[in-house]
Amino acid sequence: MPVYIGKRLLVAIPTLLIISIFVFSLQKLLPGDPILAMAGEERDPAVLALLREKYHFNDPVIIQYFRWLGGMLTGDFGISLRTNQPVLELIGQKLPVTIQLATMAMIFALLIGIPTGILAAVYKNRAIDYIANIVALSGLSVPNFWLGIMLILLISVQLGWLPASGYESIFVDPVRSIKTMIMPAFVLSTALAAQLMRHTRSAMLGVLSSDYIRTARAKGLSPREIILSHTFRNALLPIITLTALLFGELLAGAVLTEQIFTIPGFGKMTVDAVFTRDYAVVQGIVMCTAIGFILMNLIADVLYAALNPRLRASL
Amino acid sequence: MATETRTPVLSVRNLSTSFKTGDGWKTVVRDVSFDVNAGETVAIVGESGSGKSVTSLSLMRLLAQGSSRIEGEVFLNGKNILALSEKEMRGVRGNDVAMIFQEPMTSLNPIFTIGRQISEVLIRHKGMTASEARTETVRLLEKVRIPNASSRFDEYPHQFSGGMRQRVMIAMALASKPKLLIADEPTTALDVTIQGQILDLIKILQEEEGMSVLFITHDMGVVAEIADRTIVMFRGEQVEAGITEDIFLRGQHPYTRALLSAVPKLGSMADRKLPTRFPIVDVKTGEAAEPIELSDTVEKGKTPLLAVKNLITRFPVRSGLFSRQTGAVHAVENVSFDLFKGETLSLVGESGCGKSTTGRSIMRLIEPTSGEVSLDGYDVMALDPVGLRNLRKSVQMIFQDPFSSLNPRMSVGAAIAEPFIKHKLGTAKQAKEKTADLLEKVGLSADMADRYPHEFSGGQRQRIAIARALSLDPKVIVADESVSALDVSIKAQVCNLLLDLQQNLDIAFLFISHDMAVVERVSHRVAVMYLGEIVEIGPRAAVFENPQHPYTKKLMAAVPVPDPARRGIRRGISNDELKSPVRGMDYQPPVREYRQVSEGHLVQVA
Repeated sequence: MPVYIGKRLLVAIPTLLIISIFVFSLQKLLPGDPILAMAGEERDPAVLALLREKYHFNDPVIIQYFRWLGGMLTGDFGISLRTNQPVLELIGQKLPVTIQLATMAMIFALLIGIPTGILAAVYKNRAIDYIANIVALSGLSVPNFWLGIMLILLISVQLGWLPASGYESIFVDPVRSIKTMIMPAFVLSTALAAQLMRHTRSAMLGVLSSDYIRTARAKGLSPREIILSHTFRNALLPIITLTALLFGELLAGAVLTEQIFTIPGFGKMTVDAVFTRDYAVVQGIVMCTAIGFILMNLIADVLYAALNPRLRASL
Repeated sequence: MATETRTPVLSVRNLSTSFKTGDGWKTVVRDVSFDVNAGETVAIVGESGSGKSVTSLSLMRLLAQGSSRIEGEVFLNGKNILALSEKEMRGVRGNDVAMIFQEPMTSLNPIFTIGRQISEVLIRHKGMTASEARTETVRLLEKVRIPNASSRFDEYPHQFSGGMRQRVMIAMALASKPKLLIADEPTTALDVTIQGQILDLIKILQEEEGMSVLFITHDMGVVAEIADRTIVMFRGEQVEAGITEDIFLRGQHPYTRALLSAVPKLGSMADRKLPTRFPIVDVKTGEAAEPIELSDTVEKGKTPLLAVKNLITRFPVRSGLFSRQTGAVHAVENVSFDLFKGETLSLVGESGCGKSTTGRSIMRLIEPTSGEVSLDGYDVMALDPVGLRNLRKSVQMIFQDPFSSLNPRMSVGAAIAEPFIKHKLGTAKQAKEKTADLLEKVGLSADMADRYPHEFSGGQRQRIAIARALSLDPKVIVADESVSALDVSIKAQVCNLLLDLQQNLDIAFLFISHDMAVVERVSHRVAVMYLGEIVEIGPRAAVFENPQHPYTKKLMAAVPVPDPARRGIRRGISNDELKSPVRGMDYQPPVREYRQVSEGHLVQVA
């Protein structure tokens, strides 16, 4: 197993390098000058030249890339052009917010998607299956922002059960923090839950028709033992892989959700940074996201291997 | 073992099973009645679609509820189990009746240890604690002769070979000491030497435990060896039932006779020189067709059409952090043989012996490691991609699976014409004529060209695959297990087709098969392969009547022969496994020596 993890981490290095080159050159190719954006109304060429010098914009691009890359390796992601704060510090402030949102959304998605998927498979072509499929299709088709606004109108404005927006750190006031996060997390989870439900259903159906389930039935085991232990444990394997891939979708969805519920997280920071051409911040965010995504997939692969004796033995 | 009958263990009365289809209920098993007495073995034999497996699943009530309907009565020790509730039935399954299946590779749950999977039965039906179940499971594993049973309790199915997994299935079935064991094609997926072991094991355990066995199979050889009584099924109906010997020697129903005549019988070619067609018996009348004598098609003495010298194919085995090569699968090791025009050379052997890899290496569908292959004047190893394409005009291949080797979205006419058109051998009109001609040649009709593969049966699809192989007028056809997946009667017909094509077109066949009886029937010469090497090669009569190599002898002894006089035959229980041709980096293949037994009959001596 350690060899396997080591191998995967080694493979992650070139992946991250390619992403870094991609992110860096994309920034350089984009129209718009960050110095002009930073200078605002100031158009004095001398000032602009000074700024360019200060942020090393006159160096050859390749030097700029390696300076940035070298900085990242030592934990220096650069300085935000807009707020003059270190990028890492900015990310450090916003990241916990988004992690909390993403985690809660993922928990919702798993709690909704997997059990309904199991039920839909067990009661295939019966009422439960049809209802689950219709709900799942709605979950996929309803846009996040519409659902978010409707929920705010109904639950916050009409019923007054949950706050409509805002954010509270989970370390300061856990109850309030979770309360403010319930609606955004639910909105974010709908599309994921729908996909999880569908994949769980088809994975369960695949396993249910396998020879070893026939064996389990021939042994006289109860439906409960057959479904929960013999079938679900096997169906879980593809679901783990899918969950890790959905993590990317989750981050993309978080950008929009945070805007609707005005949550001061990663997503909002991304949007702001892109609009103000705050290069260092955008680059830092993309790199952090990439590392997160790779880590999630590594965890998924390790879990997959741990649950699959055949892989476990070969590691 | 014919015991005096008081109450039969199993008594089936007027069993009918139907499945729900788009247009109502379709009956697939009709009015089947039979008894299984204590300690008795009853075989249900039939081809695919005969309803034999559905019958066994109906007895266990394992068919999907809602989409299937079972009628009639099934008495187990006098109790009608069709009348039980599903919950009561769960107390019967795996307890009073246990079942083993055809596919040992997929019948065990891959993520649970085999120990747990056996213990489950003991905990469920015998109320044992986990530790009691563990002790009992180890005893059961020993009983089915699994070496080092206690250390293998915590191992997973993938760590067991096919034969060993079937032993695990048997141990699981025996766990609750059932009165009746239903064995649904338990040896069909196994290699012939392993099949012999499992059949022996079932016989011994049956005696020790005194249980009855209901044995479902398509293999008349297995029936002859194991069954006290036999039930023949055909298209959902029980056409004949009786003492096994009577069925074999004095079968009444035309289908029984047709089935038996189509079964290749090892040793039946003793006094013949040339390959022989199967006598085809009409299913309705029971009359045999006039046997057609074949003429000698082999052009010996001239240059061989295909000459293979010192062929070696190895696949690297990699492992570790940087995927370094740590060994190699020695799939084909120093193989040499010739094939003449109009000749059939068979490569026989068990899984992993390298027979298929040899066939593919010759066509360079797999890149050989080294060796010389000369085929119809081509130096195959030296060909560039264009040359390789041209080579396909001389050599074609027919595969095992007639279901997956045809593109489902291509009409069969288009599939047959495609090679002809792609090799620019003529106009579209000529291709169409050629296709019509080929369809007739393989025993189909020209107007079938517009149909799609799903409209044909397995045997017909294999004929289509043969027609496609013929469309380039090849001189050599590599037939890789081409008749193995077919039912007995279809197999006989397709073998006859291949023999007829050889008569008319002088085609040379490299016939790759694990089925000794079929090989005996169709070959001029035979090469026996073991662990990537040819251990014995020679004229068919010499190899079959005077086998020299111990492996050839072992292989022949393991083949079940459809002769009821062999009932109860024992081969001496053993649990040898098939060896693997995976070797370490430092492995040096030994230099082999061959001894000439008679003209052209060579056997490996060291």
